[in-house]
Amino acid sequence: MSVISRGFGGRGSGSDPRVPPGQYVTDDFPVLSAGPTQYVDTEDWRFDITDIDGSRTTLTWERLMALPSEEFTVDIHCVTKWSKLGTTWRGVPVSSLLDGLGTEAEYALVHCYGGYSTNIPLEDLLDGKAWIVFEYDGGELDPVHGGPARLLVPHLYLWKSAKWVNGIELRLDEQLGFWESLGYHEYGDPWLEQRYIGD
Amino acid sequence: MSGSLRRGALRWLRARLEASRTETTSARTLRLTVPGWSGHEAGQHVDVKLTAEDGYSAQRSYSIASAADGDGLELTVQAVDRGEVSPYLVEVMQPGDELELRGPIGGWFTWSAKLSGPILLVGGGSGIVPLMAMLRQRIRAGSASPFHLVYSARSPDHVFYQDELQDIGRRSRGVTIDKIFTRSGSLGDERSPGRLRAEDLPAASGEISPATGPTASDAAGRTRVYVCGPTAFVERATQLLIERGHPADVIRTERFGPTGG
Repeated sequence: MSVISRGFGGRGSGSDPRVPPGQYVTDDFPVLSAGPTQYVDTEDWRFDITDIDGSRTTLTWERLMALPSEEFTVDIHCVTKWSKLGTTWRGVPVSSLLDGLGTEAEYALVHCYGGYSTNIPLEDLLDGKAWIVFEYDGGELDPVHGGPARLLVPHLYLWKSAKWVNGIELRLDEQLGFWESLGYHEYGDPWLEQRYIGD
Repeated sequence: MSGSLRRGALRWLRARLEASRTETTSARTLRLTVPGWSGHEAGQHVDVKLTAEDGYSAQRSYSIASAADGDGLELTVQAVDRGEVSPYLVEVMQPGDELELRGPIGGWFTWSAKLSGPILLVGGGSGIVPLMAMLRQRIRAGSASPFHLVYSARSPDHVFYQDELQDIGRRSRGVTIDKIFTRSGSLGDERSPGRLRAEDLPAASGEISPATGPTASDAAGRTRVYVCGPTAFVERATQLLIERGHPADVIRTERFGPTGG
């Protein structure tokens, strides 16, 4: 079924191969959060990695800063339809936090200050596909955008790139996170337009 | 209808414009008929898809303004400068024209009459839309929950649902409606125009009784707070609410980015 909206011409801007289906490009940086912005002091910041056997590794801000970080430029895609092209971040690859563990986990449930969580298959966090970022566009990451540190998983819709992260719970099974329990897709591939359950 | 209960994909549905109302010089309410619509909870939104003759299509999300009402629903759309979808919805679309939509979407920023306890709604600009759906749902459901709406608009000319809000404020017991203006107010306003201030918001009651059940955040009698508007408004409002004693975990937010179109 294709319903034509009479009188709608659209922008006809041509298709940019960097923009997934159903998305439009913005130059702004809109904000989406389910609750108040969290303000977390780096002095108090902790990041817990919990493996399937319950063993826990805790990272302080100092330890995070001591790890090799990288600057990278990626496109980001929000489920609310906007995409932002060529965003530059600095962060520590998640694989460098997990590689030493030798975990047998298949899934991760990412936890945040303020109670937010999101589920991601572990392999989507490894091999240079995800970072814990603390700089955006050359400056400190603003709390509104998830500072002091957020997850960035640019190949999935941006709700997976959880703000104000404070831990990764490694799991054998997949437990749904916050939006995933409220009707959003469990995986969230923007190129397959996996916005909501069943997409 | 909670999103968490739904199985299977959300299908695109054909929606026809039945009628429209002008809210302000740049905002319009669209009354749509959507055969197959499953109903919604107040506060949820829909994805709208427009397709042009040449097959080009564009999607945006809009909050539902109306209470659940069969296969009818209302969206109120603010035209965004240089936007792609909103100017069509506000200025071009005529009764009888069609679009596609799917939903309802969102299971967090919602209110239903099943939730007892006092509600504080804080809206900035077009952020009033999902809050209006909650207010309408309260009245439709005959709920007695105390509702307090604080609605921030640029000026009286920028207020959506002007007459209906006035009517609700006068006639509905347990509903308080406060409008505040950021740029210019009405003659005789006690409050001078300006951005939202702490005193514009009610303080938390502070009557916290022991939690009695799994829905503790409400069983404790705390006011649930819903804040919707542009990011800067939501940031300011949530900080002021926390200053006024509202715990962060009772505050639910929905933000409209500076773009949207």
